[in-house]
Amino acid sequence: MLVARYVISRVLHTLPVLIGVTLFTFLAIQFVPGDPIRIMTRGHVSDAEVAAIYDRLGMNRPLAVQYGSFIANAVTGDLGESIVQRAPVAELVGEKVAPTMWLLGVGTVLSILIALPFALLAAVWPDSAFDHAVRTASMVGFAMPPFWIGLLLILGFGLGLGWLPISGYGDGFIDHFTHMILPGLTIAFFLAPILIQTLRASLLDALDADHIEVARARGVPEWRIYLKHALRNALLPTLTVLSVNISWLVSGAVVVESVFALPGLGSLLIRSVGYRDYPLIQGLALIFAVIVVVVNLTADLCCGIIDRRVLRAAS
Amino acid sequence: MTTEAATHTLPAGVLARLTLELASWSFTLKLGLGLFTIIILMAVFAPWVAPFDPELQDFDVILMPPDLTYLFGTDNLGRDIFSRVIYGARLDLSAGFVMTYVPMVYGVLIGAYAGYRGGWVDTVVGSVTNMAIAFPFLVMIIVVVAVIGPGVNAIFISVFLLAWTMYARLARAEMMVERGKDYMLAARVLGYPTRIIVLRHGLPNTIASSVVFSTSDFILNILLLSGLSFIGLGIQPPTPEWGAMIADGKEFILQAWWICTMPGLAVVLTGTALSLVGDGLSRRLGTRHGSMG
Repeated sequence: MLVARYVISRVLHTLPVLIGVTLFTFLAIQFVPGDPIRIMTRGHVSDAEVAAIYDRLGMNRPLAVQYGSFIANAVTGDLGESIVQRAPVAELVGEKVAPTMWLLGVGTVLSILIALPFALLAAVWPDSAFDHAVRTASMVGFAMPPFWIGLLLILGFGLGLGWLPISGYGDGFIDHFTHMILPGLTIAFFLAPILIQTLRASLLDALDADHIEVARARGVPEWRIYLKHALRNALLPTLTVLSVNISWLVSGAVVVESVFALPGLGSLLIRSVGYRDYPLIQGLALIFAVIVVVVNLTADLCCGIIDRRVLRAAS
Repeated sequence: MTTEAATHTLPAGVLARLTLELASWSFTLKLGLGLFTIIILMAVFAPWVAPFDPELQDFDVILMPPDLTYLFGTDNLGRDIFSRVIYGARLDLSAGFVMTYVPMVYGVLIGAYAGYRGGWVDTVVGSVTNMAIAFPFLVMIIVVVAVIGPGVNAIFISVFLLAWTMYARLARAEMMVERGKDYMLAARVLGYPTRIIVLRHGLPNTIASSVVFSTSDFILNILLLSGLSFIGLGIQPPTPEWGAMIADGKEFILQAWWICTMPGLAVVLTGTALSLVGDGLSRRLGTRHGSMG
């Protein structure tokens, strides 16, 4: 009951985001100087044909009606039609979802795998040389442009050592995975420093709590105190930070895809800007918003599972 | 003469407070501020610091590795990368500054007012800021670029529309705590107008977390600008900009690693300096939030 109410309230919270992103995109496109249809068809089309396209896309209806029908269609999975590529937007976008999800998935997992041991050890020995080294390294790491890291990784591991593929997406599960290691590491360079900072701070907070004192008094071994009692409480703020940064993560993915020539949503977005393919841009903005919202929702639900108090506070 | 006169007119109390303030700065804060000042000075005095014209093409010295004449080497058009990096700092730092501190001004004001006022204003501001945090930021900027074309204008417009929300969020949260404190109550009882209570009494106590956050925001904005330029949607060549320079060097990464590497190092150095400042400020101002996130 508690869980159901929590899920419903979280799902309802995502609606304003989706409406905000689609409305922003929709209104922005109204400001295109000149005639968007003529821009997209490169002026190769007669006046009568342009008028026909306007009619077919319903672009001569009032704005509110146009937006309403875009949303109504989007709910049924119809994102309109790309005029430049002469194909349904949903189809064009659908082909590109998998590489982006792979990148986000591998990137997040690698970030957590890197952040966890460093943050844990830094919290076990606060103010030690190791702690300072980790803090300095995460400051420097945070300031590194993801696309630059990507190029250096290509130079070092791909071209220099020849260990890993440096571009494209590959075929089959194993091949996809090996193609994602360098792009995923690039994401991790950006994300892990943020995670390390939060996780370390919340671990130190958690270690201060009374129940840790009690556990120590009961003679629970130190490693168990860190791994079980403290880490469990420190995970919550880390998850929150991860979900707050997810919109930055998605932004990073757009750039990283372009570095590694991954055929994902980001590359498609950059290309569609070049073509001024407005229906496709609109569809992509919505898909990106959905990805951010779904990841946020997952993080929220994980918080609820880890700590039941979150459920009660929300309802 | 003038400096001497200025020192004499300073009351002793101010000097003492200044000395105390300086003494309370941590090593990280001093190091960060020192580094950042050097970077800014190099950018401001670029025409004197840079040994070459950043756009001067010299086809006799194409793809030269770093040496004593060309400290960072030359690119595929024979331009001096060190000079381009210094001129690039002008653009990246000033654009980053505008992208950070313009939205901060009205973001903090909106947030502080909403947090103080409460009611429907607060509900609206609270919902908008909660919503904006889940906005795929770069995607929104790319949408604006698609509409008005690549360049710094599209980036400024979208950042001004969206980036204030983070500051409003921070200021609102702090103001909600301050609102209930005795000194605010006293100001209300004395009948001060809301404008004075929020601006003169509330704001100084609610701005700390925004100031600390602004240092990481500054880094993120430089990364954003250079990232957009890297994918061809930001600053257009031949204008020297760090991200665009890294993109230029991409094709030559095997023959000339320095074209990509050097501008990237400039970003890292600037970002690290800002991180140090943020870290030092957060300790000095006693905010609980770290400089990141």
